[in-house]
Amino acid sequence: QTVEHGFPHQPSALGYSPFLRLMAIGTRSGAIKLYGAPGVEFMGLHEENNTVMQIHFIPDQCQLVTLLDDNSLHLWSLKQHGGASELREEHRFTLKGPPGSPPSATQITAVLPHSSREVLYLGTESGNIFVVELPSFRVLEDRTISSEAVLQRVPEDNCNRRSCELVEALREHPKNPDQILIGYSRGLIVLWDLQNSKVTHHFLGSQQLENLYWQRDGSKFISCHYDGSYTQWPVSSDNRQPEPLENTVPYGPFPCKAISKIYWQTTKNGLPYIIFQGGMPRASYGDRHSISVIHGSQQTAFDFTSRVIDFFIIFSSEPTAELDDPSAMVVLAEEELVVIDLKTAGWPAVHPPYLASLHCSAITCSHHVSNIPLKLWERIISAGSKQNIHYSSMPWPIDGGTNIAPDPPQRDLLLTGHEDGTVRFWDASGVCLHLLYKLSTVRVFLTDADPNDNMNTLGEDEWPPLRKVGTFDPYSDDPRLGIQKIYLCKYSGYLAVAGTAGQVLVMELNDEDAEHVVDHAEADLLQDQEGYRWKGHEKLKTRDGPVRFEAGFQPFVLVQCQPPAVVTSLALHSEWKLVAFGTSHGFGLFDHQQKRLVFVKCTLHPSDQLALEGPLSRVKSLKKSLRQSFRRIRRSRVSSRKRRGGSGNASEVQEANAKFDQDTLQEMELAPVQRKIEARSAEDSFTGFVRTLYFADTFLRDSSRHCPSLWAGTNGGTVYAFCLRVPPAERRMDEPVRAEQAKEIQLMHRAPVVGILVLDGRSTPLPEPLEVAHDLSKSPDMQGSHQLLVVSEEQFKVFTLPKVSSKLKLKLTALEGCRVRKVTVANFGSCKTDDYSENDLAVLTNLGDIQIISLPFLKLQIRYPCIRKEDVSGIASCVFTKYGQGFYLISPSEFERFSLSTKWLVEPRCIVDTPEVTTNNHVHSKSGVENAARKS
Amino acid sequence: EFRRFSLERSKPGKFEEFYGLLQHVHKIPNVDVLVGYTDVHGDLLPINNDDNYHKAVSTANPLLRIFIQRKEDADYSAFGTDTMTRKKNVLSNVLRPDNHKKKPHIVISMPQDFRPVSSIIDVDILPETHRRVRLYKYGTDKPLGFYIRDGSSVRVTPHGLEKVPGIFISRLVPGGLAQSTGLLAVNDEVLEVNGIEVSGKSLDQVTDMMIANSRNLIITVRPANQRNNVVRNSRTSGSSGQSTESSLPSSSPNILGNLLQGEEESDEEDIVIEDSGEPQQIPKAAPTSESIESLSQIELLHESTQNGFLPSSEMNSNHSAGSISMEYDAPDPGRKSLEEDGTIITL
Repeated sequence: QTVEHGFPHQPSALGYSPFLRLMAIGTRSGAIKLYGAPGVEFMGLHEENNTVMQIHFIPDQCQLVTLLDDNSLHLWSLKQHGGASELREEHRFTLKGPPGSPPSATQITAVLPHSSREVLYLGTESGNIFVVELPSFRVLEDRTISSEAVLQRVPEDNCNRRSCELVEALREHPKNPDQILIGYSRGLIVLWDLQNSKVTHHFLGSQQLENLYWQRDGSKFISCHYDGSYTQWPVSSDNRQPEPLENTVPYGPFPCKAISKIYWQTTKNGLPYIIFQGGMPRASYGDRHSISVIHGSQQTAFDFTSRVIDFFIIFSSEPTAELDDPSAMVVLAEEELVVIDLKTAGWPAVHPPYLASLHCSAITCSHHVSNIPLKLWERIISAGSKQNIHYSSMPWPIDGGTNIAPDPPQRDLLLTGHEDGTVRFWDASGVCLHLLYKLSTVRVFLTDADPNDNMNTLGEDEWPPLRKVGTFDPYSDDPRLGIQKIYLCKYSGYLAVAGTAGQVLVMELNDEDAEHVVDHAEADLLQDQEGYRWKGHEKLKTRDGPVRFEAGFQPFVLVQCQPPAVVTSLALHSEWKLVAFGTSHGFGLFDHQQKRLVFVKCTLHPSDQLALEGPLSRVKSLKKSLRQSFRRIRRSRVSSRKRRGGSGNASEVQEANAKFDQDTLQEMELAPVQRKIEARSAEDSFTGFVRTLYFADTFLRDSSRHCPSLWAGTNGGTVYAFCLRVPPAERRMDEPVRAEQAKEIQLMHRAPVVGILVLDGRSTPLPEPLEVAHDLSKSPDMQGSHQLLVVSEEQFKVFTLPKVSSKLKLKLTALEGCRVRKVTVANFGSCKTDDYSENDLAVLTNLGDIQIISLPFLKLQIRYPCIRKEDVSGIASCVFTKYGQGFYLISPSEFERFSLSTKWLVEPRCIVDTPEVTTNNHVHSKSGVENAARKS
Repeated sequence: EFRRFSLERSKPGKFEEFYGLLQHVHKIPNVDVLVGYTDVHGDLLPINNDDNYHKAVSTANPLLRIFIQRKEDADYSAFGTDTMTRKKNVLSNVLRPDNHKKKPHIVISMPQDFRPVSSIIDVDILPETHRRVRLYKYGTDKPLGFYIRDGSSVRVTPHGLEKVPGIFISRLVPGGLAQSTGLLAVNDEVLEVNGIEVSGKSLDQVTDMMIANSRNLIITVRPANQRNNVVRNSRTSGSSGQSTESSLPSSSPNILGNLLQGEEESDEEDIVIEDSGEPQQIPKAAPTSESIESLSQIELLHESTQNGFLPSSEMNSNHSAGSISMEYDAPDPGRKSLEEDGTIITL
């Protein structure tokens, strides 16, 4: 396993180091991921697998501290090792209170890494602030800032014990490292002098405090509050208890939600940027996840489709600079990363080079194409760039570290099909999975959704000035649009996609916008069968008349299967201009040159009633259930927000959980899971389900003449072979393509056929269509006898051709109890010499193992555990590349990449150099920066 | 006493006449006897009606060995599958009825079928507490008809008794193969499937293995009821010792007899229909080194397998292979392990 692509599942914390220009994301499962310049990635995992609550980089160091929800602190370092940097956990630490003290006494709520890099200040629920030394995590007890010490100087009437409960925020003075600002949740804010251990100023806020932020020169700071207001406070030596300068409720006057974080950024023109999270009117917009940016008269509330975890502003980090001069805002939402360019008018979004939200609509299938010809690559990129004009041209602002990985050896495309009928084209050549182009098939069809139903169309006077940003949109308007199968011919640029409602679209790459009519045909797969009634969804309605398509892949043929069951297999032969498709009822062949259906074959067993019921009857309303689950998440989030209070609660919950577990265990013992042992029979359900389709030019009828053929394998262990007659190119439009059934093989073990392959006279798999024409493959050996490899879920079998006699077999299930889930031919090249490579079968089993099986002798070469066997969706999502790599989903939003080949490895390799610490830094001069700089 | 006489193979006549003939040649006109014969597999099978009489005659090659016993002295347990193969010297039992005088006869019934489709096998190499059952799905329309579940069993380990997870039979479908054989019971622990241990495998894995082997399923179980175990040697108790043989040196229970090597064939007859013609069984491409295997591969085609009997063509092939010679007249007393696996007979 080499690298994870996509967006981390359930992110929970965000951190940024302006010094390293690296961003860190923590997740609920305890992972921590660092990102810098494209290709610069690090990953670490906390052993505890607990939620990462906070991430703080140590100023001017290659170190960061994480706080987990078990109240433990972890110190991570980037160290160079073997020419590349690595992220390692160095220390861990849990703050311990005096014996007998309640757990809240040491429950950490705020962390401040001091600019001296020597200590961490830890604010707690009890209101005490502990000081620990770095990197040893030794508690410096004499420097603890106790709430009693703070209260000594606060006027009597504000001085009750409760005013110092729970430290919400700790902020170091931007100019004077000896002063820190402490904000308590009930509204009290004090400026604490570290040298003299006393309060120098106190600020009496009346509202519950959420967060604090210093102005760059240290003359003012800003506080934000639970009631949706923010307040500016002056800091001067003449007034020890100043009144607020200004108190604003930006979305008042009606009750507003809390502003949980705020930034104050100074600029050249004197107008500050005030950027804050939340604060929306509670009643009408309380459910929005927003971040507002105010700059003079400009104000925009960026509206995110998922909860905002955290955000930061990238601004001038030069210590000498007088102004912040913010350049970008980076927002980590629950489901995506959004970066806003603050320098360009209109504040456009920046297209991220990584952390793509793969799941902006749920992934329904994937398809990988290796070694894309440069020409096609450029055309796809150019089509994609026309879609991305609304993005900012700003270079990616998070650019720390140096990518030292060698350039990717070839151009690879990963295509993902989505529930909303889109296909996304990803650059999968390197470490950064990057969106190149997005194709939508929706336009061909008439759907219930109104295309003009755009949430962005808000009038000028709308208040609050919401603006939808981001791409995450889990709501599919019509599940029938979902993409189920994709096939791209990289030589011709033909693309076939097939979907949930039996639709098959053939497309061609066009560099220009075009308006044309999509030819439409219907394939009745139940031809000879009588008396069936399809109970599933209806077929999609098509749009009449010409349709406008943007530059890129444009459909020119639509075949709709009848009944409109989900397309389960798809094959395209770009040389013969044929497309084959199969469903649970049968399969068909369509000539997309003449736009004529060549034949259909019904594979349905007469007694198989289940196959006729629609697959959607069980998934009543995906939309509804999704919405509900989102609401549930939101609710749980609200309750967890303020759950710091009860540790007694937590134990209760644990107890309840344990009891529940016990109960379910007992239940399981009462009614154990049973499995029926029964031989398969021809009458089983879904035996007609077409699992695989394959085109081959081989010896089907006699050993003297080879001809084009189409092979189909079903769930019931049947293989059909059709002999095709494709007219020569010069008469291609004049004569029809003919097909005739030549063979039907019934495997007696009746396991589903998942792969069909023809090996040529040299026992090499036949090349892809057009591969030979493009000089990228030797032409197949037509002298020696061909062999047919049939892979079922249980066995591998080699037969001779044209007379089918069994030659070899490998039984998998009978011996190991595992079943084949995915199989592909992989070419393994030698990493020593360029001229040696061999073809093997890469097989993924239902236990998540990957096995390499040699061709043509079917000998097991090696086996690796890869995916947990419980991870059914991971196993189902796995896709192999042609050169022994693969991808599978480790969460709805992340692909794990793995490599079985020593030659083709794509993994992050990068260096993070410690930049020179500027010694003319007057801020740090007092606290021994020079020493540290020399050390580093 | 031995008698040898000839019969017209093409016109064997009726069982009644044959019975009379036997009484006549033995000069026992009024004695009721049980008639049995050894079939090609060495099983002692009864002759008591026209059908099995004709079958018996048809198997004569060219000799047919007939055993008759007085009904009151008859040893019913001598009949059935593997009776001759399990080194039970039937002849000696029959000839020396004294051996059985001591114990009372338990007459259960006559075997209903000539050759039960399923059987207990490898009794000689398994511990007494285990039972290896072969369920012949092939040739019957009965469903296998059982369910398995997860469970736990107690094992003796170096650290004392330990609870270990196991797979158990949880339910038998009424009328299914498993139930009708009576060889498997609910709560039997499944130890092996076709020679592969199931320990460490999940319920789903074992399910898949069983289904993949469903056409010739061999399950080794530890029966939940250990009281009906076959007592195989005199170690157990002196008086009831029915030991007519000494037990073989016990081999490892994990060795599955000869059954696995030839197990393949019956489940491998994929069918091909060429140019929408007649379905045909797919032949093996080229003979491999194992000559017996290839010989036994002579096309079964669509010859129906009647009553679980093997097609005669296949038997002939085994004969011509010379791997076995069936001398019914003078059985070799040294032949210890004659075993059959459905398609091949090996020594």
